[in-house]
Parts: sequence; structure tokens; C-alpha cells
Amino acid sequence: VRLDSCFDADLSRRRAFLYFFCLLNVLCLLNPVNTCEQTQPSVAYAITHARIFTLAGWTIDDGTLIIRDGKIAAVGAQVPVPQGAQVIDAKGLQVYPGLFDAITQMGLREIGAVSATVDSTETGNYNPDVVAATAVSPSSEHIPVTRAAGITEVLAVPASGGLDSSGSVGVIGGQASAIHLAGWTIDEMLLKKSAAMVVNWPEIETQGFDSSTFSRKEKPFSEAKQEYDKQVDELADWIERARHYAQVLEKSAPAEFDRDVKLEALASVVRGELPLLIFADRAREIRNAVEFCEKQKLKMILAGGAEAYKVKDLLRSKGVSVILKPVQTLPLDEDDPYDRLLSEPAELAAAHVKFAFASFDNSFSRRLGQNAANAVAYGLPYEEALKAVTLYPAQMFGLADQVGTIESGKIANVIVTNGDPLELTTEVRYLFIRGQRTSTNNRQQVLYEKYSKRPKAAN
Amino acid sequence: VKISFTYFLRSQRRRIVCLTYLLGICYLPCAVAANPPDAPRVILIQNATILTVSHGTIEHGSILIKDGKIAEVGSSVKAPKDAQIIDAAGQFVIPGIIDCHSHIAVDGSVNEGSVSVSSMANIAEVLNPDDPDIYRDLAGGVTSANVLHGSANAIGGQTVVIKLRWGQPASRLPFEGALPGIKFALGENPKRSNFRIQSQPQRYPATRMGVEETIRAAFTEARDYKKAWDEHNKRVAAGQKNLIPPRHDLRLEPLVEVLEGKRYVHSHCYREDEILMLLRVAKEFGFKVRTFQHVLEGYKVADEIAAAGAGASTFSDWWAYKVEAYDAIPYNAALMTRHGVVVSINSDDSEEATHLNQEAAKSMKFGGLSHEEALKLVTLNPAMQLGIDKRVGTIDVGKDADLTIYNHDPLSAYAVVQKTLIDGRVYFDRQHDIAERADREKEKKALIDKQKKAAEKKAEEKKPEARKPDATVTIGQKPAEKKSQEKKPEEKKPEEKPKPPSGAVTQDSKVTTLQLSVSGGAL
Repeated sequence: VRLDSCFDADLSRRRAFLYFFCLLNVLCLLNPVNTCEQTQPSVAYAITHARIFTLAGWTIDDGTLIIRDGKIAAVGAQVPVPQGAQVIDAKGLQVYPGLFDAITQMGLREIGAVSATVDSTETGNYNPDVVAATAVSPSSEHIPVTRAAGITEVLAVPASGGLDSSGSVGVIGGQASAIHLAGWTIDEMLLKKSAAMVVNWPEIETQGFDSSTFSRKEKPFSEAKQEYDKQVDELADWIERARHYAQVLEKSAPAEFDRDVKLEALASVVRGELPLLIFADRAREIRNAVEFCEKQKLKMILAGGAEAYKVKDLLRSKGVSVILKPVQTLPLDEDDPYDRLLSEPAELAAAHVKFAFASFDNSFSRRLGQNAANAVAYGLPYEEALKAVTLYPAQMFGLADQVGTIESGKIANVIVTNGDPLELTTEVRYLFIRGQRTSTNNRQQVLYEKYSKRPKAAN
Repeated sequence: VKISFTYFLRSQRRRIVCLTYLLGICYLPCAVAANPPDAPRVILIQNATILTVSHGTIEHGSILIKDGKIAEVGSSVKAPKDAQIIDAAGQFVIPGIIDCHSHIAVDGSVNEGSVSVSSMANIAEVLNPDDPDIYRDLAGGVTSANVLHGSANAIGGQTVVIKLRWGQPASRLPFEGALPGIKFALGENPKRSNFRIQSQPQRYPATRMGVEETIRAAFTEARDYKKAWDEHNKRVAAGQKNLIPPRHDLRLEPLVEVLEGKRYVHSHCYREDEILMLLRVAKEFGFKVRTFQHVLEGYKVADEIAAAGAGASTFSDWWAYKVEAYDAIPYNAALMTRHGVVVSINSDDSEEATHLNQEAAKSMKFGGLSHEEALKLVTLNPAMQLGIDKRVGTIDVGKDADLTIYNHDPLSAYAVVQKTLIDGRVYFDRQHDIAERADREKEKKALIDKQKKAAEKKAEEKKPEARKPDATVTIGQKPAEKKSQEKKPEEKKPEEKPKPPSGAVTQDSKVTTLQLSVSGGAL
């Protein structure tokens, strides 16, 4: 129970911020110190004498990486340094693809408690047409703080659900956008504007919270089940209508029918182009979601997945990938083993279920590596952990040809570290996003330096 | 956001818990350590890397434990004949982790949110030894915790330091001899910036000005109250008879203890200005602030905190969840340490508490603390802040054998707790926990099956009975139960309800479940 930080961490708590909003308009107090440089104009870089973990099947002990025009131009042990390239001698350092946080609220939420700074959650239950990229603030202070931890790209994920007292969470949250963590404008930051359609799978909730009275409210199972079925039916109805709409869209000229922006947004989903990113934790809901998507012929990525281990065979056989909530989460049930979530990644890997790690947050995004390392401590092979924060999320969103490994031709999102990027004490020495040298300086470092210089207080 | 948020999370948790109810296993997990582990009188931990925190690192060292205390520490400790040996080859031993800000083991809500001064409420009176978070935190290496109320009140309730003696009754949780504390809270939470309870009027205070005055007013009363009692006691001592004593005031008495230095003040705070405010008020009334909690802007006024002799207990890297947490920096612990403040890293959260070792490690990266300084943030320093450093916090002869054993350097994200000892007893053992899982699964399954069978049986018995009561006689052989049911027709009432679909959660199923667990001897 995080008492003093109320609006935080993972999506299991993501509903919290729906309930507690103040109407403080105190932005003037925020006093932004985002003096941190964005990217610099592109030149060619040569990172030499580095140990390069390409994650593409081989590691180069003493290699050179050439970055030019935003891309990885060459990588290898015997690569010549092009003329005019800025040379970075990385002797003793290590090179990795930048980390990919597969679910965040980056840029959509600045200060959890201040609704004026929160754009992550639209009101209403079905908002397939809203797009995260629209509201991502390129000057969010979270962005430089996060990339200092070696995270170069994230998925910004919207949610739905009003701020009404019922505290209900909407079903279709909108379109998640994959973004680079650098750029002067959102256009520069965009990796993929529409990378997934967010669905918050309904839950059978017998116990809820009524924020108008600050009390628990219970309802009988049969009633909760009825509501659940109704929501699932509604979702099916949306998909059905979108399918018809998509058919009309294909066959008719726009002038011949009434356009519907919401159904139009779902067209790529029913065509099987855009995956659904379905949030569900309990085995029962996961199973239902998988069956639903199979029946409707939709692509699905599971998000959350606290009980994915219970349905691992189903997930593997249906080829459903999972974006796991942080392993730093207590077990769902009192009688679960204390390390239930910590050991889940190892169990899924052994069952050949593909998964990625994610923070499900913005201010905790920098714990991405820590979570992956914790999973290794509980049995996950190290390389799988590394891929689960780089290559695998890229694959899930159809971005593996662009990011996730160090191979020539890919976008140069690259980190140079003094050690294992998942370990707590490792520092990111150099950071490249879209092939541009990017600063690791950030609001917190600025404050640190400022107050480090405060003269001794006269007491 | 105290009240609301805790309540909300708890309700979420209950929702989850209720699912386990229907499986009939709701309180089983706690049975893991329902009985305190047997403690041999003499234990020798050997071949370990011992991070003493007080006098460096001992490679291939041993720790001899006698009657719950550390009897010897060194590289050449001989094993007494009767000693139980814990071979810790390749492992690391540290003093048990101390969490200076915890809300575990509390029965019900941690906030008495109705009033701005709730000093009469005492968390020690609602300790719940069955809270599974005790075991989870123990499995994260925590051996002692400062259990506090939430931050709904400028002056909150009385706090208690506990040892995580999982399986022992509530009376055995408190850390013997540790001074009690009181929770204060400054800033957004006591002034309720981030939420309103719609059914309640706005509560005073609503500003940081009001927070200060709330505290000042309470201590003004407490000072007068103390004076009245002092005078009364003086008269009693002088032999005067037939005196009428002042009326006892349960709200002011803990504040008098603060004035007398018998109770520590642990104050939730964020901004630099409110930190200095409390120091001024404390000076005015002549008490000390023992620790500032959270104190995310402590780095801005580190000199002032150090000069006042106050401790600071902060987070590793939480930030931006509200305005007063926007200037939080992960360098906070290191910067304050460098200015001479005794700093600890706390959890405020039962999950965060399971990896405080990792949170402490971040201060090596952010601010450059040494390995030992970082380790102190979760061992010796919180012990000092809670006034229990004579008993715990380092690995030294004479101290309590509260120890945590890791498989790697504890200041790494790859370290896993192997064993946690309190008073020389192994309260958590990872291998043991893992080994028990199959049996627990089996037991759980047996209980579920039993419940299912019972439910089916009941359903079958009811059918003929409802239609043709006499039919039961021909089935025969069901003497006692049947009779009692027939005698008390009112008992049938709940059974007449339609059988809920499997997986149903109703009041009734909870009751059956609990009865089943008890009758099944699961506990």
C-alpha cells in the first residue's frame, strides 16, 4: 500500500489516478527546469573499441559501430572509421540497443495528482479514435529522466474511463503510439503513431470502490458477471460494426455513406493489421480475451498478465505475446508464493511464451532494467531478459526492422554503458536516439547540481 | 490522499482476496509459518561474506549466535558441539533490513482521517500478525519496521516499531524497549489538496499556514496540560491531600510525552519550507523532530536538518506523483548524507519493502555513496533513527541476531534473500518455502475438492427433501445431520436460495468456506 505516493507505478494501480484528482491550477508553481538539450544535428559517429551486444545473435568483443544519417551504418570488428566521423573511444565500455519500455504513460501524465497535467485517460468507455501521440508532451520532464536510464523508445498508452464517481474503467482506450524519447516535436519523436489499440478487458468485479462516499461497495457475483458479459458483448458489437464499416469503406467512395470516426479507427483492427493490446491479469479473463480474439480473427497482445503462467500453453499455442506488469508487484492472492510475479517470466520463457517487460508508468519507467534483472535473479536466462526490453517489444509492435537490435540499416537507438544495462549502478555514458547524440542531463541532475552548490547555511 | 488511497487499494486487494474465499483457501497461506520456527540455542553461520556495516567486510567469516544474540563474529570462529550449522558459502550476510516507514501488519485502515489531530489513536492497538505482507517483507530481508499511521492529519496517531516475527501473536511483534513515536504530516495530504470526500465538509487546515497553526495550537494546549499536571504532582509530592487531579486528556498525553522526550516525532513532509517550519515550531516548544519522513526536498535544506539533529528517511527514486514530489531527486539520500544528516531509505509500501537493498544501492549511482554508506541507509541508519541501534543495525557481538543472507552482493538487482533471521531464529528460508509449495498446493486442492463435494452433496440431498421430505428416511443412514436440519427449519433458509454458479462469491459461500477451513484442520 503506497500511502504517500498516490499516483504511481504500475497499471494494477492505474485506476488510482482516475479517482483522485484535484482541480489545482498550480502550473505556475511547477517552475520547469527543462534546460536539457534535445538532440543535436546529425553527423556521423564512430564508436570504437566497444564490446557490442548486438542482440542479433552475436557479440563483438572489440568492435566499431558507425552511425550515419540516423541509422546504424555498419557494425563489426573490422569496420573502418569513415572520414569526418566523430570518434568515441569506448574502450572498456559496452554498447547495447537502447531499451524499449513497452507500456508507459510517457508524455501523457506529468504530475499524477494534477489533472491539468494528465492526458492519459479520456472519458467514456469506447474511444478507439483517440491517439496517444496527439497528447504526448515533447517537453515532459519525464522524458530526459527516463532516457538517462538507457530507455530510448517507449509505447505511450492511453486509457478510457470517466472520472465519474462510479470509477468505471473504459473498454477501448484508444491508440497507443511508439515514440522515441527525443525530438523537438512529436513528429520527430514518432516511431509509429498507431502501434496498438488499447483494450481494458472487463473484469468480474464483486467489490468496487465508490469515490463519492469513499466506501467499498459490494455486489453479488451474478450481478457482476452480468455486467461483465454485457461489456464483452458490447465490445463484440463494436468489432462487428467495425467489420461492416470496413467492408463499406473498401467498396464505396466516402461520399456515399455517413462517416464514423470511431468505427473508422477500428477498421485496421478488424482487418488484422493493428493488434489489440488487451489488459487482463486473471486467467479467466485472459482465456476469454484469447478466445474472443480468435473468434473475431483479431491480433492480440496481452498486457498485465499476472496470471499468464496459468494459461501459458494457450498463449503459446495461439501465439499471443505478453507485456508483463512489473515483477516488483505483490502476488494477486494471499496464498500465492511470495515471489509469484518475480518467477513468472522464467516460467513463461521455459514455456516459450514471448514476453516483454514494461513499467506501465512514467516516473517508474527507469525501473525497467531493474525489473528485468529481478526476473533474472528468479531464474530467467539473462539474454531473454535483455531481449524482453529491446527486441521482443519491437517485434510485438511490428518495429523489429527499425529498432531492438544493433544491425546495420536500423534506426540508431543505441546506448553506451559502463556495464550491464539492467544493473542498478550502471551508468549510461553515451546515448544516441535516431542516430543523434542525445544528452543524459535532466531535471533531477540540474536540481542536484544546483543544490550541491548551495553555500553552507548559516544556522 | 491517505485515506482514500489506502482504502482504495485495500478494497482492490479485498476484491482479489474474495476470489480466494470461494476456493476455500482464504487463510491458508498464512499457515506457512503459523508456528514460530524452532530456534536452536546455538547457530553458526559459516563461510559467508559478512558485511558488518560497523567494521568492514569479513570474507569467509562466521557468526556465532547464542540465545538469539550475536556471540562471536570473525574469520576463525570455532563451532561449538551443539551448534546448528548454516553453511553460507558464496553468500552474503548483512544486518537485517530496517524499514523506517511501513504500514504492514495493520488491521483495517491506517488513517483516522476525521480530525486534524488524532494523537489519541495508537497503531500498536491494531497490529495484525496475520498480514501476509509481514511474510513477504521478511522474504525481502526486512527484520524490523516502523509502523505508522497514514498522513491524513497534521498530528497523527501513535506509532510502534515491530520485529517481523511471522507466526507469533500480535503481542510479540513490538520491538521490546523501542521508544514509541507519533506521526506528523505536512503539506498536501493533511491539507487535502488532492481529494475531497464529497460527503464531508472541507476540513481545517487547508493550507500550509493552517498546518503550522494546527500543530502550534495542539502543543500550546499540551504545554498547559503538562503544566497543570506538573503542578498537581508537585502538590502531591509535597503531601497535600484531597486534591482533584486535572482531567486526563488522551489526545494531549502523547504530545506531553513528545515534550518530555519520551516519544519520537516522525513527520511526513515534502517541501523545504515546511521542513523548516516544523523545525521552528519544535524549537519554540522545545521538542526534537526525530525523523523527517519522505522529505523529498530535504536536499535543499540539508544543513538545517543536520544542525537540528533530525534524521531523514526518504525514497530512492519516487517522484512526480504530486506537485510536492516534483522536485524529488534520486540524489536526495546521498546529498543529505554528505551534509551530515543520518539518512535512511524507506518503503512506505509493502512491495517496495521487499527490495530495499536495491533501493539503497541506487545511492551509489546517484550521488556516489560508498558501498558501506549505501548499506547503512537500510540498516544502521534507520536503527539510529528509531533509537534501536544498540540492539540492531550492525553485525556486532552482543547485538540481536537479526540477519539477512543473500546469494549475491545485496546491493545488486540480482541478489535474492536466502534466509532471514530474527533473534537467532530463521523466520524465512527460501529453500524451505519452495520445498513446501507442492504440499500447500496439494492441501489447497484437497480443500477445494472437499468443498465441491460438500456442495454437491448438499444440493443432492436437498432435491428429494424439498419435494418429498419422507424420502430421506428411505435413504436412511444419515442420522444426526439430517435430524438437526429437520428440527431447525430456519436453517434451511439460506439453502433454499438457488445454488450460485460455480465461482460465485456470496456471503454464504464465505461462511461455508471459513467453516470448511476450520473443520478441515487447515490451520
